[in-house]
Amino acid sequence: MSGADKSHLPEARGQSAIVRVALAAAQPIAEPLVAILLALLVGAIGIALLSGLVPGHSALDVGLPIAAYGALVQGVATPNGITSTLVYATPLILAGLGVALGFKAGLFNIGGRGQFLMGAVGAMTVATTVGTSQSSYIVIPLALLAGALFGAAAGFIPGFLKATSGAHEVVTTIMLNYVFVSVTYWAISGPLALPNAHQPITADVTTRNAALPIIIPFGHDGHLGILLALLAVPVLWFLLYRTTLGFEIRAAGANPDAARYGGMKTNRLIVLTMSIAGLMCGLAGATTIMGVVHQMEPGYDTTVGFDAITVALLGRSNPVGVLFAGLLLGAMRAGAQTMQIQAGVPAELVDALQAIILVFLVINVLRRWLDRRAANPGTRSSAGVDAPQAAEGVA
Amino acid sequence: MTEDAARSEAPALEMRGITKRYPGVVANDHIDLDLRRGEIHALLGENGAGKTTLMNVLYGLARPDEGTILMDGKQIQIAGPSDAIARGISMVHQHFMLVPVLSVAENVILGAETMSNAVFVDRHEASRRIGALAERFGFDLNPDAKVGSLSVGQQQRVEILKALYRDARVLVLDEPTAVLTPNETEEIFGLLRRLAGDGRSIVFISHKLYEVLEVADRITIIRRGRVIGERRPSETTEEELAELMVGREVELTVDRGESHVAGPVLVVEGLRVADDRHHEVVPGATFEIRAGEILGVAGVAGNGQDELVQALIGLRRSTGGKVTLAGRDVTGFSPRRMNEAGVGYVPGDRQRFGLILAFPVYDNLILTSYYRPPFAHGLIRNDSAILESAAVQIERFDIRTPSARASSSTLSGGNQQKVVVAREFDRELKLLILDQPTRGLDVGSIEFIHRQIIAKRDAGTAVLLVSAELDEVMEMSDRIAVMYRGRIVAELDGRTADKSEVGLLMATGGHEQATTQEEVRA
Repeated sequence: MSGADKSHLPEARGQSAIVRVALAAAQPIAEPLVAILLALLVGAIGIALLSGLVPGHSALDVGLPIAAYGALVQGVATPNGITSTLVYATPLILAGLGVALGFKAGLFNIGGRGQFLMGAVGAMTVATTVGTSQSSYIVIPLALLAGALFGAAAGFIPGFLKATSGAHEVVTTIMLNYVFVSVTYWAISGPLALPNAHQPITADVTTRNAALPIIIPFGHDGHLGILLALLAVPVLWFLLYRTTLGFEIRAAGANPDAARYGGMKTNRLIVLTMSIAGLMCGLAGATTIMGVVHQMEPGYDTTVGFDAITVALLGRSNPVGVLFAGLLLGAMRAGAQTMQIQAGVPAELVDALQAIILVFLVINVLRRWLDRRAANPGTRSSAGVDAPQAAEGVA
Repeated sequence: MTEDAARSEAPALEMRGITKRYPGVVANDHIDLDLRRGEIHALLGENGAGKTTLMNVLYGLARPDEGTILMDGKQIQIAGPSDAIARGISMVHQHFMLVPVLSVAENVILGAETMSNAVFVDRHEASRRIGALAERFGFDLNPDAKVGSLSVGQQQRVEILKALYRDARVLVLDEPTAVLTPNETEEIFGLLRRLAGDGRSIVFISHKLYEVLEVADRITIIRRGRVIGERRPSETTEEELAELMVGREVELTVDRGESHVAGPVLVVEGLRVADDRHHEVVPGATFEIRAGEILGVAGVAGNGQDELVQALIGLRRSTGGKVTLAGRDVTGFSPRRMNEAGVGYVPGDRQRFGLILAFPVYDNLILTSYYRPPFAHGLIRNDSAILESAAVQIERFDIRTPSARASSSTLSGGNQQKVVVAREFDRELKLLILDQPTRGLDVGSIEFIHRQIIAKRDAGTAVLLVSAELDEVMEMSDRIAVMYRGRIVAELDGRTADKSEVGLLMATGGHEQATTQEEVRA
C-alpha cells in the first residue's frame, strides 16, 4: 500500500513559483497603488462632472481631468516643485513615521495634531528664551531637542494612561488634542508672545538664531528638516527591524499575549512607543516652525497630525513605505497651485484626492479586520485591539 | 459487502475524478468517492490532505477543474452553497455560522423562513416545527433558547438542525469533534447514527483514528490529494489507518520505557489561582514532579487546568501558595524569569500564546530568547545568528516550511506546533510544562511530539502534561493527577491506572469512587 504514493509533486510548481514570488513581492504595494489609482480615477470623474464650473470649459469635459493632472505633474517636475514636494513631505514623513510606529505596536495614535503643536511650542520656547543670547549652532539643536521632548511628553501621557488604567489611546489622544490646542493657544498668547506687539504673536525664529538653514539652493524653504526626515526613515527602520526593542514593539502589536509570554513588558512598551510616536510628531512640528512657518499666532494649527494617519496607512506602517507615501502627498500639495493656475481646477482637489485615498485604504483595513474577526471569533475583538494590526496589514 | 450488494445499492451521491488545482498544489487529484444512503462515510486524512477541498467542491464553494458529481445517478453541476442546499447537501463547518443573539429556532430558519404572510416570519410555527424536528432525532435543544447561551456541543447541534430543517439528504461534517468534550462526542455519534438510520448519508471528516473506527461504516483515506484506500472499520486497525494516512509506519503507542526518577524538581504547595472574573478556580493545588518523570493532569476542560498552568508559568498571578523549582522559591516569577530558571512551556492555545502568526518562523523560534546572545548584543539583533539557529532547529525538529523566513501563518497546525516545541525543547530544561501539546494535530505530528517529550523526560526533565485527551494522559504519564473543580482529587500510577476509573474521577471528582473501584475489581 505504501508504494502507491510516489511523492507526486505537481509539475506546474516550477513555473508558478516565479509567479508566486513576484506576486508576493508586489502584494504589499499593490493595495496602496490601487487606492491611489482609484482615487485619481474618482477625482477625474469628479473633475469631468464639474468641468462646466471652470471658465472656458464645457460641462462633462473629459479633457479637463487630463489637463488638471498634467498640470499637477508639471508643477512638481521643476526644481522649485521638487523642493516644495520635499518641504511639504517633511512633516508628513516625520509624523507619519510616528503614527506608523504606533500601528506596529498595535496602537492607534490620533494625537498627532496635539503632539505636532507641542513640538512647535517646544521649539519656539527655546527660540524665545535662549535665542537672543546663543549662536544658532546651539539654538537649533536645542530647539529641535525641545520640540522632540515636548512631543514625546505629549505622547507619553496617553501611553501612560493606557498602561496604568487601560484607557484607550484613541479616546485619550483625541481628547488630549483639545488640551494641547488650548495649551498652544495659551503659550503663544502668554509666555511666548512678543512683548509690545499689537496682537499676540511669537518672535520670528529667524531673529532668534533658530531658523533651520536652507540646504537646497533653489525653490523656497529647502530647509535642514528635509534631511532630518530622510534620515529618520532608516533610523526608524533600523529600530523596528534590527533591534530587540523593535522586535518587542512588533510582537506586542501583532500578538500581545504571545509577547507577554515571551517575557516582554507590554505596558512599558506601550508607554515607550507612544512617547517615540509623540517625539516624531513633535519633530514634525519643530521643523515646520523652524523651517517654514517661522512665527506662530495663537490660532496656529495644521492638519499634519491627521494627514500622518493617511501617510502611515498608505505606507503600510513600513518606514520606507511612509517615505514614499509622504513624498506622494507632498508632491500633490506641491503641484496643486500649478494645477489651479494652469487648468483652473481648485487646489483643494488635492485634499479631496487625499481623502478618497484614505477611504479606499480604510475599506481594506476594515476588510482585514472583519476577516480577522471571522477567523478567530472567540478571541478578544474590540475594534481598538485589532484595528491597528489590520491597519498595518500584517495578517 | 459483496460486489453485487454494492451494485444493487445505488449510491446517493458520487464524485468521479474530482481534480482541483491551486497555484502550486493539486489539492484533489482525480478523487472518486461514493456515498450510499444511510451510511456514515468517514473521510480520513492528515491536515492538508485535501479533505476540506473535496467537500468544498461538493458544497459548491470550489469549482473542480475536472470531474463530475452524480446525484441519484444523474450528473449535476453545483453552482454554489445555496444550490447545494437546494439539492439536499448541507455542511456543518468547524466554525459555526450562527447568530448568537437569535434563538435556536430563528437561527435554524434564517434564510429559509416560514412566512405567515408576505412580510412577517411566523415564529410560533417555526418554533413548533423545529421543536418537533429536534424531538424526532433526540436533540436536547430548546428552540427558544438564545444560541449565545448554548454550549459548543449544543451549538453544533443547532447547525445540524439547520441542515435537517433544509431536508439535507447528504450531511457533511468537517471535523465535528474537534471542539467537543468526550461526552459531547459520544452524543454526536449517537445522533449521527440516528440520522443515518433515517436514510441520510453522512460524510464525517476527521483525522482522529479511534473516532473514525467507532462511528463510520466506511472509511476513505486521502493523502496528498489522492484516495489511498477504502476500509471498513471491522477490517482494519488504527495502525493500518495511520500508515495509510501518513504514508509510513506510525507508532501510535509511545514506547516510553522505564523512567529514571530522581529528586523533586517542582513542588507546588497550596497554590491558589483566580480566573479573569476573580473566581478562585484553583482553590489550593498541591503536587510535586520529580526529575525524569511525566505527571499527567487529566481533567475535563475548564476545571482550572488552564489557570493552574498559567500561574505556574507566570502569566497569571497566584493568590496564595508556594511554588518551588529545584529548591528555589519561584512563586510569582514572571514568564521570563521562569524561562531563565529552566522552564519550558508549550501553551494550550498556540496561536494565542505560542506564536506570533504574522511573524516569520525564525522570529517565532526566538520569541523567548531574542534578547540574549547570540541573538542580540545589547539592543542590536544579530539576524545571521538567528537565521543560523533557525536553520538548525528546522532541520532537527523537521519543521516543514518553505523557508525560515516564511510567515508562520502559512504553516500547518502540526508544523506550527513544531516551531513552539523546537523553541521550548531545544535547551537544557529543569521543568517542561505542556498544555494540550497535540491538540488538533495529525497522527504524524503527535507521534513526533510524543517522542520529543519522552526524550526530554529521559534527559532528566520533570514534565507536567495537561491534556483533555484522556488517551494521551494515559499513554504518556508516569503518574496521573486527576483535576476536578480546581483540586487534585486523585493521584494514580500511570502504569496501573485504569482508563474508566480515571474517566469517572474526571467526571465526578471521586464522589462515587468507592463503588466504582469495587465494580472495576469485581
